[in-house]
Amino acid sequence: MSGTVAGPSGAGRDVLALLLVLAALVIAFSLATERFLTASTLRTIANQVPELVIAAVGLTFVLLIGAIDLSVGSVMALSSAAMGLGLVRLGLGLGPASLLALAVGTAGGAGNGLLTVRLRLPSFIVTLGTMEMARGLAYLATRSETLYVGERVEGLAEAAVLGLSAPFLASVALVAVAQLALTRTVFGRHATAIGTNEEAVRLAGIDPAPVKLAIFTGAGFLVGAAGIVYTSRLGAADPNAGIGFELQAIAAVVVGGTSLLGGRASVVGSFLGVLVIAVLGSGLAQAGAQEPTKRLVTGAVIVAAVVADRFRRERAS
Amino acid sequence: MLVAEGLGKAFGVPVLVDVSLELRAGEVHAIVGENGAGKSTLARILAGLVRPDRGRMTLRGQPFAPRNSGEAKSLGIAIVHQELSAIATLTVAETLFLDRLPARAGIIDRKRLGEEAHAVLDRVGLGELHPDRRVGTLGLGHLQLVEIAAALARRCDVLLLDEPTGALSPRESEVLFTQMARLRADGTALVLITHRLEEVARTADRISVLRDGRLVATRPAAELPRDEIVRLMVGRDLADPPPRPAATPGPVALRVEGLSGPRYRDVSFEVRGGEILGLAGLMGAGRTEVLRAVFGADRPTSGRVLVGPDATVARIASPADAVRMGLALVTEDRRTQGLLLPLAVRANVTLGSLHRAADPFGAVRARVEEGLARPVLESLGVRIRSLEQPVAQLSGGNQQKVLLARALLQDPAVLLVDEPTRGVDVGARAEVHRLLRELAARGKAIVVASSEIDELFMLADRILVLARGRVTAAFVRGAWSAEAVMAAAVSAGPDPHAERHTA
Repeated sequence: MSGTVAGPSGAGRDVLALLLVLAALVIAFSLATERFLTASTLRTIANQVPELVIAAVGLTFVLLIGAIDLSVGSVMALSSAAMGLGLVRLGLGLGPASLLALAVGTAGGAGNGLLTVRLRLPSFIVTLGTMEMARGLAYLATRSETLYVGERVEGLAEAAVLGLSAPFLASVALVAVAQLALTRTVFGRHATAIGTNEEAVRLAGIDPAPVKLAIFTGAGFLVGAAGIVYTSRLGAADPNAGIGFELQAIAAVVVGGTSLLGGRASVVGSFLGVLVIAVLGSGLAQAGAQEPTKRLVTGAVIVAAVVADRFRRERAS
Repeated sequence: MLVAEGLGKAFGVPVLVDVSLELRAGEVHAIVGENGAGKSTLARILAGLVRPDRGRMTLRGQPFAPRNSGEAKSLGIAIVHQELSAIATLTVAETLFLDRLPARAGIIDRKRLGEEAHAVLDRVGLGELHPDRRVGTLGLGHLQLVEIAAALARRCDVLLLDEPTGALSPRESEVLFTQMARLRADGTALVLITHRLEEVARTADRISVLRDGRLVATRPAAELPRDEIVRLMVGRDLADPPPRPAATPGPVALRVEGLSGPRYRDVSFEVRGGEILGLAGLMGAGRTEVLRAVFGADRPTSGRVLVGPDATVARIASPADAVRMGLALVTEDRRTQGLLLPLAVRANVTLGSLHRAADPFGAVRARVEEGLARPVLESLGVRIRSLEQPVAQLSGGNQQKVLLARALLQDPAVLLVDEPTRGVDVGARAEVHRLLRELAARGKAIVVASSEIDELFMLADRILVLARGRVTAAFVRGAWSAEAVMAAAVSAGPDPHAERHTA
């Protein structure tokens, strides 16, 4: 009993396919370059991805209900700015400054949710707008300057176990919890049902609004958490942070087998999607590829994932 | 003008069987029949939109077998559809002349287009409508008139009107009838498809009655009084169904008072526990709209819905409220409004009751969930391979039972069922009927809306007939007849002859 409701073993097969893709990439890059398959390279990749993983988890649920959140990168920058200001200007400790970042992210997500759900606006346009607003606020708040927070956040980014950072380990734990919430809880089931046929859910006597609001707000909270991780990893709060980050996150989620049309999602898939994109980027760099080539290949992978999604849908119907 | 011989068409099941028809120049030919009698299919064949499986047609003595509507159009046949097909972003003038926009070197001659459009609009009483207005901003009535104008705008020898007055006000209908008379005098052959018998009486020269895809009569209008038309439409002598065991009706479980909304007016009724109330009416009469309003799915503009003990509580503003107050709805369109098609049977059945299988942390206990789903699926005789099977793979009958199972799991006191057996095979249909009767016997109050009179006769204790959103008659078991129900369904206002049952 897998606990999934999306038909027999569909999700399991997707995860297996992603693992195979990931393994194939690692092997290919190991053969093509001399230093790829080393503990230090893999560790470096792992310690680079936590903020993307955390944001992708929230985004997975947003896509599950058939919505989208383009404001992820900007809200992360704003959260990071809030944390930096808290540490540098307000002289807050690490704990209170982190709470500030979480509050900013949560507020951003709640705003997206209220506009989308209560006013029944398309999330694409709403979050396109809030993406710009959050970016503007981040510049205003920092006067367009990078705030160096350095040693104040060292504790967070330090290696914890086997050279893996605490944020990475926390993001893995988050993936596990979120996957269980998706597949084993009433909340996850209702979210899946809303993404499949919202009117049917409504007529079954379930109000979709609180579920959708919770998902937008929760995704914002996670973006705030990603902002903390980002700030601690760089030792700086940069208003330019996370430009294009939302597209990376969406790409990872879609590569992970979550449908852009809603109704089907996998948090584990999103995690593996992040790893596929990270390994691809890192491996291509080591193989000597320049930025244009990396973007070309990564883009092709995203297109391939959408094509695969299409075939899955046709098979299912 | 246009002669059809032995037309037949099947979409899986036969829709038209051996229909022969002659349309004459300068004559209005009305085609009447119940829902699903094949009227629209016949019109679509004549207009070249559907190709018949058998039979032949001749137009002005020449063989006529249009491959598409464009070919039929070029031979002088125009159709106004029941479903509006306007493109919202075009202007009125562009809609009227879409396939022959006046142009010079590929550039549209706006001035000429506007003038010609104005002339055409004037003929349907829309002289004041600006030709550059976007079609999407028009109301339904105007939209229908624009479509009619578009048909009038092309010189045609045969004009097919499929339920043209569905969206028109009485005044707008008058304009249409005037134009029809003018075309008739000009020698056009007109076909009017309708279920409004008063329109038939006013306009038709000859009348054809279709029943179950067969032509049962074509006669001059003068020889076919209204009662006779209704009798021919219904046709069969319905065998009295096995009488339902006279359940002792319980207390009133649902009371609807003066419900009014966009497509229904002043609808009142009540249902008791153990009782099945049927809602009859033709397509567009407002059955579905009334059920949705009662359930809180759409907001009525006025009126009250009372439920709870002795129907005294009014607190339904959403379907969630309705379910809390003990109502459940099985929708008419199970694919778009009922089922989660790609998801497992399990998820579909427990959708509204999942909290009952949850632990304090909100996790679904799979065992408990199965314990909810299995018994109700078994009691309904749903045939599935496993609970994890996607519901999309089930037959129509089994899908319908899955929806019933979902509703029953919520243990409603009042069950609202819209078209309980649409797209369901004969065997499953009988089972669904048996289930609904059993539920009533167990004390549920049930409201069944159906376009099939037989179905209501089989199930209901009382029948309420809706016509154009109003209750036009109420019958109790034993006091109804197919003719009387049909007469009430095609009437424009309350029928003083029908027994007014204080519902």
